[in-house]
Amino acid sequence: MQVPSHVEYERATSVEHALSLLSRPETRVVAGGHSLIPMMKLRLAQPELLVDINGLAELAFITLDGDQLRIGALARHADLLDSDIAGRHFPIFHDAERMVADPIVRLWGTVGGSLCQSDPSEDLSAAFAAARATAVIRTPDGQRTVPVREFHRGPYETVVGRGELLAEIRVPLRPGTGSAYEKVSRRVGDWSIAAAGACLSLAGNTIKEAGLGLTAVGAEHFVAAEAEDYLRGRAADIDTFTKAGAIAAEHCHPVADQRGPEDFKRHLVAELTTRALRRAAARASA
Amino acid sequence: MTVNGTEYARDVEPRLLLIHFLRDELGLTGSHWGCDTSNCGSCVVWLDTKPVKSCTLLAAMADGHAVRTVEGLERDGRLDPVQQGFIECHGLQCGFCTPGMMMTARWLLDHHPDPGEAEIREAISGQTCRCTGYENIVRSIRWAAEHRE
Repeated sequence: MQVPSHVEYERATSVEHALSLLSRPETRVVAGGHSLIPMMKLRLAQPELLVDINGLAELAFITLDGDQLRIGALARHADLLDSDIAGRHFPIFHDAERMVADPIVRLWGTVGGSLCQSDPSEDLSAAFAAARATAVIRTPDGQRTVPVREFHRGPYETVVGRGELLAEIRVPLRPGTGSAYEKVSRRVGDWSIAAAGACLSLAGNTIKEAGLGLTAVGAEHFVAAEAEDYLRGRAADIDTFTKAGAIAAEHCHPVADQRGPEDFKRHLVAELTTRALRRAAARASA
Repeated sequence: MTVNGTEYARDVEPRLLLIHFLRDELGLTGSHWGCDTSNCGSCVVWLDTKPVKSCTLLAAMADGHAVRTVEGLERDGRLDPVQQGFIECHGLQCGFCTPGMMMTARWLLDHHPDPGEAEIREAISGQTCRCTGYENIVRSIRWAAEHRE
């Protein structure tokens, strides 16, 4: 029987209340809890205080606001998967969400929780990195914004400091953009062996801007920066995409584990990056 | 919290998991405690309107909410069509995964009254059965869809 160690529990009644509770050391936010509570049961995490933010309805939204998609940190995975506006502008999020955990876990797990968990195998981090999203962090003095590409400091570590709370993610809309996410895992609900997300902005058949995110393969900030540089200004065709896949595979840092050896993971990165780019390009043109 | 419509108030440790609260504090042993890692789904209950793996939720998080367990499926002594379906189509062998399967099935049918096989398999994809090979579970849920109350 797995039992968390002793912990105190407080329910936040407002964002301000949550921020004041979070000023205490060794405090963790709990929302869906589907990563944190298993870690507490294994004693990998032993917070002294849990702040339950499930009651903060003001953080549970998905809206289109001018030229950006805004996703509240407390939006559930199932909310994002069910959101027509998210799917219309960023099919990459629907592709990814279909593969996050399982349908029951997706009902409770939150978008913000996924990002803050900062698990190297977590899908949304790469998807948001590909889409060049921005994280909005509430602070005791107001708020600050951080590009998702600078949000993760390393495995299980983010830039969200003590007394702060991730409030929302903003994704800029770009005309002529298509996006896609491709993942290979061992079975339903499992982490990626490897996955790749692509956002392509096209002018005719020329790539204006490219965003590439990689999951579970040791890419810095979940980004395939060298492959993005290669793509910019080139023709959106299969030769370009294949080469970009090879570059992404060359520059990531997968480690051998029970999900496969390093060369297999590099092979997946090349193939999945190419596939994601092809689908993103097809969607951009559609 | 209320459980199956009955109000309960208990002082519990914050670290107590909902599944243990239901089983050990309230004696509602219909919900099963399985893998303890939120993979197997035998502990699925509803929190308000949605199924949740109760081994991955603190009892304190359910404070003030309405919990529904497998004991709350039957109404006035009449089995829910999902329960009847599992009888008619032999949807269980050892029965360990069954309460979680039925709670998810009820939720699925509330939202998709006429699901196809693919939808049913997707809905229960976060739950593990080691006996049936899932065939009879899928048939049981289809039976329930065809025998709405």
